[in-house]
Amino acid sequence: MKKKLTTVQFRGTKEQEEKLLEVIEKYRGTKGAMMPILQEAQDIYGYLPIEVQKIIAEKTGTPLEEIFGIVSFYAQFALNPKGDVSIAVCLGTACYVKGSGDLINKIQEKLNVEPGSTTPDGKFTLEATRCIGACGLAPVLTINNDVYGRLTVADLDGILEKYL
Amino acid sequence: MIRSHVLICGGTGCTSSGSMALRDALEKELEAKGLTEEIKIVTTGCFGLCALGPVMIVYPDGTFYSMVQPTDIPEIVEEHLLKGRPVERLEYHEKTGDHHVANSLNETNFYKKQKRVALRNCGVINPEVIDEYIAMDGYAALGKVLTEMTPEQVIDTILASGLRGRGGAGFPTGKKWQLARNLVQDGGKKYVACNADEGDPGAFMDRSILEGDPHALIEAMAIAGYAIGADEGFVYVRAEYPIAIQRLDIAIKQAREYGLLGKNIFGTGFNFDMSIRLGAGAFVCGEETALMTSIEGNRGEPRPRPPFPAVKGLFERPTVLNNVETYANIAQIILNGPEWFSSMGTEKSAGTKVFALGGKITNTGLVEIPMGTTLREVVEEIGGGIPNGKKFKAAQTGGPSGGCIPAHLIDTPIDYDNLLAIGSMMGSGGLIVMDEDNCMVDIARFFLDFTVDESCGKCTPCRVGTKRMLEILDKIIAGNGELEDIDRLEELAEYIKSASLCGLGQTAPNPVLSTLRYFRDEYIAHVVDKKCPAGVCKNLLSYVIVADKCKGCTACARVCPVGAISGSVKQPHVIDTAKCIKCGACMSKCKFGAIIKQ
Repeated sequence: MKKKLTTVQFRGTKEQEEKLLEVIEKYRGTKGAMMPILQEAQDIYGYLPIEVQKIIAEKTGTPLEEIFGIVSFYAQFALNPKGDVSIAVCLGTACYVKGSGDLINKIQEKLNVEPGSTTPDGKFTLEATRCIGACGLAPVLTINNDVYGRLTVADLDGILEKYL
Repeated sequence: MIRSHVLICGGTGCTSSGSMALRDALEKELEAKGLTEEIKIVTTGCFGLCALGPVMIVYPDGTFYSMVQPTDIPEIVEEHLLKGRPVERLEYHEKTGDHHVANSLNETNFYKKQKRVALRNCGVINPEVIDEYIAMDGYAALGKVLTEMTPEQVIDTILASGLRGRGGAGFPTGKKWQLARNLVQDGGKKYVACNADEGDPGAFMDRSILEGDPHALIEAMAIAGYAIGADEGFVYVRAEYPIAIQRLDIAIKQAREYGLLGKNIFGTGFNFDMSIRLGAGAFVCGEETALMTSIEGNRGEPRPRPPFPAVKGLFERPTVLNNVETYANIAQIILNGPEWFSSMGTEKSAGTKVFALGGKITNTGLVEIPMGTTLREVVEEIGGGIPNGKKFKAAQTGGPSGGCIPAHLIDTPIDYDNLLAIGSMMGSGGLIVMDEDNCMVDIARFFLDFTVDESCGKCTPCRVGTKRMLEILDKIIAGNGELEDIDRLEELAEYIKSASLCGLGQTAPNPVLSTLRYFRDEYIAHVVDKKCPAGVCKNLLSYVIVADKCKGCTACARVCPVGAISGSVKQPHVIDTAKCIKCGACMSKCKFGAIIKQ
């Protein structure tokens, strides 16, 4: 999956940095700790901009390019901050054969946003996800932490309106 | 004195349909009625019938309620729990012949043919309470292994059972353990790892086991540790499974408190502990060497084999890696004996297999069946057939690495070797049913798009080859295909299969090859006739109004976003195909079925 570098200015706080340093300290001496460190760093900042990667590189003594290599490899590490409303349409097989492809096309068209990116106003992030395991409710999408299932394209207006 | 237990499913499927709100409502109602001393709520793992969620079972009578809403709770409490009269309208009714009957869970067609070994505790116990697992003979197998058996005997037992890996390729589990024990004997560290990176989109059995019976995994990994001489374990779980991660974490902590993990387990001097590592959304990490590279904290790229993990695995040390469902069978084999296990299933595929039934099927959910059950039994009896009177077209197994089983092979008994012989594979157990409305070229494209996206990029055949195949499919779907493209697809597929580094690339062409094998006519229709027989591929179809059926109500013309439909009131309308953007809005609006795709 291609990842775009962010153009949003970094706004990390002192508190966030302290938390991150604690995390790095916690894993000192643990074998193969880079993944958990990055995961917890993403929990703290919401994403992993280059500024955060630099702190981790410096404190763990790992080359920055190695860290960037890991961050850009895994789909869940985000280089861009997410919008206030995060929409994830399941494109697992069970959802796909029941029409989730139409759902994501429609949302893309309605919000004018590509999957994997955020609207310019920072409001909506649209993502295509792999199976979330709610195949019994296919096709499904999640908005923030709410799950919407057994959907048709016609349901989308009503659902999106709640978040406008 | 507890007189009744109410089991509410807390698996991901039911949680998504609101089972936690249901539980809260029930808790409140029981409190209000002063029944908390008499009636106990048990939040369990997945029952399997996700399509009917949220589901709820009331014991001792075993009444099975489906699709229960919080607003139904007062009635259930008043009528059923206080007065003893089950609420009939909420009971699960199954159509048998001409009439509907209410059945308890075990009597339903969905459950009758199932044989639950790996899922035995899912939907039965509260996974967050270790005592409930122990009450179901939990950790008895670990006790038996540590106090009565040598590591060699453990390995011999697993070998004799005929258990094969449930994660995909079906390698004999006992053999794997034997290699990890014997190949390197330098007294150094060894590891036990569990693959819970369930990447096949549409398979969720491993998640259900983690959510519904996490101790079964912990116990089995400790047994594996004893067998191969390891004292440390890792479980690599998909980060998309928050409930599973949380329950496994609770289970590990409880096992430590009870002395079932840690130092000197059962006073035998055996040490074993384990930790969880989260994936971060990379399908290739389901491949064993890539998974280990990821646990080590790197980009999850596969390594060439040999050396195999049994010689050089995690941190360059011998490692045994099995998937969750494989581990979930271990304790039962130890307790009931290998003969018991091999008596189930077929000669070369012993035991049971869990499948995630999904797609165009009535009873979507999780089923565990003896190997050798036919696809027809799974689809028609357990799965309740295809909804909306549609016809079965194919079932897809093995996810992006597998293939399709067409209708004329529906009587194939499902086991490892039969599936391979017909060009599919067991995979982790996703079983997606497709009906006549699904286009097989589109499905092949869907899987290839997935592998292109997930290819790690390390080796060229997979990185470039799958991309070229996808481009050819895109060309065909857009209506620009030529007959030679089909040959090119087949040629590329062979190169990719034989030259890729890991399982992802070696199996990536399978969905294309298998659809070409059974649905070649559909490819031809796309390429030669420029038609999509299933009416899926937008560029190849047009919307037409059947004049005889059109009443001239103007509904379609009003809903059309581009004004492509014209006609006067009460006169048949016409679609201008040049303007039409094929959004389908008119078709869903028409009450008379006058608009068709062709």
